[in-house]
Amino acid sequence: MIVVKRKPIKEILEFVKNSKNILIAGCGTCAAVCLEGGEKEAAEIKGLLNLHFKNEDKNISALCDSAVRLCDPEFVKDIKLKCNVLPDVIISLGCGAGVQMVSDIFESVPVFPGINTTFLGTNDELGVFSEKCQGCGECILDKTGGICPVSRCSKSLLNGPCGGSSDGKCEVDDTIDCAWQLIFDRLKTMNMLDKMQEIIPVKDWRTSRDGGVRAMVKEEAVIDKNEE
Amino acid sequence: MHQESNLKKVLDSGKFAVTCELGPPKGTDLDVVKEKASLIKGYVDAVNVTDNQTAIVRLSSIATSHILHDLGIDPIMQMVCRDRNRIAMQSDLFGAYSLGIKNLLCLSGDHQTFGNHPESKNVFDIDSIQQLSMINKMKNEKKAYCGEEIEGDFDMFLGGASNPFGDPYEFRVIRLAKKINAGAKFIQTQCIYDMDKFEDFMKMVRDMGLHKKTYILAGVLPLKSFGMAKYMKNNVAGVQIPDELLNRMKTAKAAGKGMSAKEGIKICVEQIKRLRNIEGVHGVHVMAIEWEKKVPQIVEEAGLLPRPEL
Ligand code: SF4
Ligand code: SF4
Repeated sequence: MIVVKRKPIKEILEFVKNSKNILIAGCGTCAAVCLEGGEKEAAEIKGLLNLHFKNEDKNISALCDSAVRLCDPEFVKDIKLKCNVLPDVIISLGCGAGVQMVSDIFESVPVFPGINTTFLGTNDELGVFSEKCQGCGECILDKTGGICPVSRCSKSLLNGPCGGSSDGKCEVDDTIDCAWQLIFDRLKTMNMLDKMQEIIPVKDWRTSRDGGVRAMVKEEAVIDKNEE
Repeated sequence: MHQESNLKKVLDSGKFAVTCELGPPKGTDLDVVKEKASLIKGYVDAVNVTDNQTAIVRLSSIATSHILHDLGIDPIMQMVCRDRNRIAMQSDLFGAYSLGIKNLLCLSGDHQTFGNHPESKNVFDIDSIQQLSMINKMKNEKKAYCGEEIEGDFDMFLGGASNPFGDPYEFRVIRLAKKINAGAKFIQTQCIYDMDKFEDFMKMVRDMGLHKKTYILAGVLPLKSFGMAKYMKNNVAGVQIPDELLNRMKTAKAAGKGMSAKEGIKICVEQIKRLRNIEGVHGVHVMAIEWEKKVPQIVEEAGLLPRPEL
């Protein structure tokens, strides 16, 4: 999932202070699971704004139901249809992709991010998330015991731990697990330690962001849609 | 005609090699380089030039190495993977070779959060093992990594680092083997204080026959004070200092001014003597960082003078 974190309310207040009609658009998927940008949080921000601007003539509304995905145009068009008047400003609580989709659909209305998009990760327990993938486009988890060195080693090393690995922790910070210690332990458990001897060759980063902006077209899906 | 690396000549001749380290200034004050160079010239076979060590911006390792070369010192240019992608690395290597630099130490590099620009982005396009194999291929096939011919000559005496005390301990010797397979002709280790553990490591190295495939230079770092010893033990990842050494430094501290430094040097000299007797150790790397002036004394007391002239 995409892990997100709400921006400080001060920053959000700054975005909207000169606008009259304010729309807060929540997202029902990742942002909601993170407890940062779903229905509940949209309502909460609405409440905070109402309180802050209680002596000003502002019209603040919050939209979100659990089915909404702000990264999908159909949902966002639907939100636009529901607006009787176009808002002066929108605070989007979706990830960075969601903010941009909202902006694409609303075009003339300024859309500001209400959350910071942090990383691709897992929800380890309630309220606990950790980074697991960097979307490098050429997955090598088969070689590394199912633990990703690209995103989880602070130096994205592909051939084992640097000299700074100590007691299972990364040299950068002792709150960070050393990915290569984890990989070593996992391969050992799997009885596949010989994988540690292989030299993983230089990576082709073109499939990552380094090849330029990425897009994907799934031909079958596109054709099906045209036939409809 | 490109002269051969002095370090390589000494190691190939079977002599016990001595290297030390020189940290470039945080700017352009070349007098700093020249002064440090004059302190160590003639006492070591080659000198490591750090590459923005601990991610602190300094005079480039390539420029500093070039100055040392001009002063008649054989530099070992360090190159970290943190700041350069494969394009910049190869280009700088051509530059280094053209300036007469013949030794290269490949390193991952300390993470930038340790340095004076913690907000910066890092590169890590390739890691230190991939860096070794890339450069090994360049020198053997005379081709750039992409496969295109290199115009002109190119060679480097290639080395890597090893930390026998990093975790996971069982992997350290495997990592060393990987570096050798990737092309490391010499290895410099992290500083060693726990001699017993290092002997154990070297036994694993010999069991795998690795000491016959590369030259191993054991790292030593003279302790200046009890405070420094404590700091290194607690704060430097991958450095282990036995209590016995800590106690010696503590006693020396109590003995009065100047005694700690003396004891630190004494310990270092003892260590070198012991390292010399370990089968498979081909030399010593003295990391007297910002204490270069002590290198001659250490080398002399360890009985490593005069240095061979080959
Ligand atoms: S190897 Fe690439 S795709 Fe696979 S988990 Fe890591 S970053 Fe993601
Ligand atoms: S300590 Fe481990 S996680 Fe951290 S940079 Fe080194 S290998 Fe990567």
